[in-house]
Amino acid sequence: MEWLLEMRPVWVLTVTLLATVAILASGRRPNVREAWTIIASIVQLILVASMIPDVVAGEVFEVRLLTLASGFDLVLRTDPLGMVFACVSSVLWVATGIYTIGYMRSLNEKHQTVFYASFALCIFAAVGLAFSGNPLTFFVFYEILTLATYPLVIHKRTEKAIKIGRMYLAYTLTAGLFLLLAVGWSHLIVPEGGPDFAPGGFLSTSFATPLTLTVLFVLFILGVAVKAGLMPVHAWLPAAMIAPTPVSALLHAVAVVKAGVFGVLRVVGYVFGYDTVSEIGMALPLAAVAAFTIIAASVVALTADNLKRRLAYSTVGQLSYVVLGAALLTTAATTGAVMHIANHAFMKITLFFCAGAIYAHLHVEKISDMKGIGRAMPVTMGAFAVGAFGLAGIPPLPGFVSKWWLASGAWQTGDWIFIVVLITSSLLNVLYFFPIIFNAFFRKSERFTVYNEAPVAMSGPILAVAVASIVLGLAPDIGPPFWTFANQVTVALNGGAG
Amino acid sequence: MTTSNSLAWIIAVPFFAAAVLPMVRRLGKAWVLPTALIGSGAALIFALYAAAIVVGSGEPVRHELGGWEPPWGIELRMDHLSAVMTVLIASLSFLVLVFGRGGMEKRLEGRSHFYYSMYMLFTVGLFGMVLTHDLFNLYVFLEVSSLAGYSLIAVGERASPFAAFRYLILGTLGALLFLLGLGYLYAITGTLNFIDVAERLAPLGDSRAALVALALMLTGFGIKAALFPLHAWLPDSYAYASNLTVAFMAAVGTKVGAYGIFRVLFTIYETGNLQFHMPVVQIMGILAAIAILAGSILAMAQSDLKRMLAYSSVSQIGYVLLGFSMLNANGIMGGVLHIVNHAFMKCCLFLVVGAMMAQVGHRDIRRLSGMGRKMPWVMAAFSLAAISMIGLPPTAGFFSKWYLILGAVDAGSWIFVAVILVSSLLNAAYFFRVLERVYLKREDPAEAALETAVATTSATPVSGSSALAVQPEEALEVREEEAPRPWLGPGTLPATMLAPIGITAISLLALGLGSAWLVENVLRFIVPGGL
Repeated sequence: MEWLLEMRPVWVLTVTLLATVAILASGRRPNVREAWTIIASIVQLILVASMIPDVVAGEVFEVRLLTLASGFDLVLRTDPLGMVFACVSSVLWVATGIYTIGYMRSLNEKHQTVFYASFALCIFAAVGLAFSGNPLTFFVFYEILTLATYPLVIHKRTEKAIKIGRMYLAYTLTAGLFLLLAVGWSHLIVPEGGPDFAPGGFLSTSFATPLTLTVLFVLFILGVAVKAGLMPVHAWLPAAMIAPTPVSALLHAVAVVKAGVFGVLRVVGYVFGYDTVSEIGMALPLAAVAAFTIIAASVVALTADNLKRRLAYSTVGQLSYVVLGAALLTTAATTGAVMHIANHAFMKITLFFCAGAIYAHLHVEKISDMKGIGRAMPVTMGAFAVGAFGLAGIPPLPGFVSKWWLASGAWQTGDWIFIVVLITSSLLNVLYFFPIIFNAFFRKSERFTVYNEAPVAMSGPILAVAVASIVLGLAPDIGPPFWTFANQVTVALNGGAG
Repeated sequence: MTTSNSLAWIIAVPFFAAAVLPMVRRLGKAWVLPTALIGSGAALIFALYAAAIVVGSGEPVRHELGGWEPPWGIELRMDHLSAVMTVLIASLSFLVLVFGRGGMEKRLEGRSHFYYSMYMLFTVGLFGMVLTHDLFNLYVFLEVSSLAGYSLIAVGERASPFAAFRYLILGTLGALLFLLGLGYLYAITGTLNFIDVAERLAPLGDSRAALVALALMLTGFGIKAALFPLHAWLPDSYAYASNLTVAFMAAVGTKVGAYGIFRVLFTIYETGNLQFHMPVVQIMGILAAIAILAGSILAMAQSDLKRMLAYSSVSQIGYVLLGFSMLNANGIMGGVLHIVNHAFMKCCLFLVVGAMMAQVGHRDIRRLSGMGRKMPWVMAAFSLAAISMIGLPPTAGFFSKWYLILGAVDAGSWIFVAVILVSSLLNAAYFFRVLERVYLKREDPAEAALETAVATTSATPVSGSSALAVQPEEALEVREEEAPRPWLGPGTLPATMLAPIGITAISLLALGLGSAWLVENVLRFIVPGGL
C-alpha cells in the first residue's frame, strides 16, 4: 500500500475534481452541494498537510501520470515552493468555503451551483499548478485555471459582467499563448529529455544565444505576468472585482494571482536559474517593472473610493513584492518573496472577507460611506485593521517580516533604490488603509449606531484568518511551515549559499 | 509486409450496401437504416483490424486487387497515414449514421434509402482514396466520393441544390486538374503506382513537366480541401445541406483533400525533390496562413451557426496544410494530428447543431439565448468542442496546436507562429460569442414567442409576417431558408442522437490525453524519411 501514499499529489487533485463533479450533480439540493465543498476542502487540506513532514525532511513526491507530448510527462511533484502555494490554497479554501456559504446565502445569489463547481475547479487548477513538475504540466493547469475562473468573473450575468469577462479572457488567453510559445520553444532548445523544473533551471547559455534566451525570458514573463497583475498588463484585475467577494478573496488575492507570481518564481528560479537570469541581464529590468508596479498601484489605490477596488490595486502592488523578490536574485530576497506569497495571502483574504461581510451584511461598498461602521461591526473592522496594518508592514505582523527580508535582499544587491521603493510603498499603504480604519472607529454616523455583526458563517472565518495572520507574523512555522519551506527554496535556488 | 484481404473488404462492404439499399427498401422501411449501419459497421471492424496490424507490426499492410501485382495492377496499401484516415472515416461514418436515425426518414418520407445509398457511396469513395496506391485509381475514387457528395449536399434546405451545383462545378474542376496532373506524370514516368512513380520521378528532378504536374495536382486537391481561396463552394454547401451530411462531410470530406496533398507532396514527390520545388510548398504555406486568418475573421461575421462553423473549417484546414508546408517532423505530425482532432471536433459541433435544430428548429446565433438551460448536456458537448477548437489543454485541439507551434519554431518561420497564436484568439472570439449567448444572455420574451410560433406552425414554413413583426432583419433569412421545422418536442432527444454527441465529445478528451500515444506509435511513422 506504499504506492497509495506515494500518489498523494494525485489524490489531492482527485478530491477537488470529484468535488467539482459532485457539486454539479447535486445542484438541486443546496445543503448537499455545500457539504461537498466543505468535505472536499477538509479532505484536501488533510492530504496536503500529511505530506508536509516528508517534504520538510527533504523528500519529494513525484508522480508521472502519462505522457502529454513527446518529451513531456504529466508530472506532479511536491517541492518546497510548490508546497507553499498548495498549503496556502488548501488552508484558505477551507476558510473561504465556510465564508462563501454565508455570503452567497445572505445575498441570495443565483447560479450558485456553477459558482461552487467553478470554485472547486479553480482550486483543482491552483493545486495542480503548485505540484506541476514541468512547464507543460504547468501550462495545462494554467489554462484550466483561466477557464475555471471565467464563470466566476461573469457570475452576475449583467452586460457589464459579460464585457469584463471578455476582457478577462482577452488578457489571460493572450498571456497563455505567450506562455505556450515560450514552453514549446524552450523544449526545442534543450537537447535531450523533457525539461523539468529544477532549482537552477534547465535553460542556460550553453544551449542558446543570450538573445534567444532574452526573448524566451520575456515570453515566459509575459505569460505569467498577466495573472501576477504586473503593470502594464494588470487592468483585468481591478475590473474582475465585479465577481462576488469570495471570488475576489480567494482567487484574486490567493489562487489566480498567486499562480502568476508563483509562475514568476518558477520561471526565474526553476526554468532559467539565477545564474542565467543575471547572465542575460534580465534581472534588473524585471525588478524595475515590479518596483514601478509597487509604487504606481499604491498611488492608484489612494484614489479609489470603492473598497474592493482599493483592495484590488493594493493586491496589484503587493504581488509585485514577490516579483521584486524573485528579480533581486539574492538569498534574503528569495526568502522574502516566498514568505510574502503566504503572508500576503492571509492578510489580503482577511481584508476581502471584511469587505465582503460589510457589503453582504450592510450593503456598503464605498469607503466614504463607512464612517462609524466599526460600531456596527467591530469584529470585522478589527480584523480589517489587522490585515491593513499587516500589509503596511507594521511589526510584528507578517507583512513586516517579508518586507524585512526583501529589503535585506535589496541591500545584498546594493541597489538601495529598491529599499526606498519598499519604504515608500509602506507609507503609501498606511496612507490608503489608515483613513478607512480611522473613519470606521473614530468617526460617528447615524447609520451605524448599534452592534450589528455579520453572521457567524462570515465573521467566524474572518476572525480565523485574522488570527492566523497574527500568528503567521509571530511564528511562521507553527501551522504549515512556511518559514522552513522558504529557507529550503532559498538554499536550493542559491546553490547552497543560503 | 503483410497482405490482407481486409483492405478490399473495407471498400467492398459499404459498396455492396450502397448497391443493395434500393432493393432492401422493398422489404420495408425498417430495413434501410440497419443495412446502412451493417455496411458501415463492418467497414469499421475491417478498418480497425487492418489498422491494428499496421500499428502492431509497424509496417504497411497491402493487397493486390485481383492478384495483379503492381506496378501493373492496382495496389491497396494501408500505411500508418492510411490507417489513421481509414479508422477516422469509418468511425465517424458509423457515428453519424447512428445519429441520423429517424431524422432523414422523416425529412425524405420514404425515399431515405437513396440518401443512405449515396452516403455509403461517399464513404466508399473516401475509403478508396485513402487506401489506394495507384494514381488513376485515386482519381476514380475521388470522383466516386465527389459525385456522391454532390448529391448528398443537394438534400437539405431549399437553397441546397444550388449550393450542390456550385460545388459540382468547382469540384469537377478540381478533379479535372488532378487528372491533368496525373496525365503529365504518366506521360513522363509511364507508370501510375505511387512508389513506382516516386522512384522514376527522383532522377527527373527539375523537370518542368513534373513541376507543372505538382502544381496541377495540388490545386486540384486544394479545391477538394477548400484551401483558401479555393473554398468558395464550402460555406453554402455546409450551411444548406442536411446536418447529417455536414457532420460527416465537414469532419472527413475536406480532410481527404488534405490527405491527397500529403500523398502528392511526400509520397510521390519525395522529400529530396521537394527541396527543389520549394516555391510550390511555400505558396501553399502562405495560402494556408491566409486561410487560417481569413476563415476565422469571416467566421466571426456570421450569424448563422452552421455558416460560422463552415468558415471555421476553412480556417482549420489551413492549420493542416500549414503543418505540411513546414517540411519538418513536428509540423507534419501536427498537421496529421489536426486532421484527426478537427474531424472529431467538427463532427461533434455539427451533431450538436443537428440536435439543436431538431429541437428548436433554427440555427441563428442571435436566438440561442437560454439554450444552456434547455439542452444542458448537448451544450456541454458544444462547449467542450469549442474549447478544443480554441486549443486549450487538455482537449485534443491543444495538442495539434502544440506540434504545429513546435514545427513553426523549428522551421524558424515566426510569421507562422504568430498566425497560429493569433488564430487561437480569433477562435476564442467567435466561439465565446456563441457561448455567451447560450449560457449568459437571458431569453428575450419576444424571441420565445417567435419560437413557439415556429414550433406550432405545422405544415408551412414560418410565416414571413410574424417573423417580420418581431425582428425585421431576421425575417428575410428565415423565409429564404425554409425554416427547418423542429421534428422533436423539447426534451425528447433520443439516445441515438445523444450518444454520438457524447462519444465525439468524450473522444476529444481521450484524443487529448492519448495524443502522445498516437504520436509515438502512429504519427512518427508518417513523417517521411529525411525530415
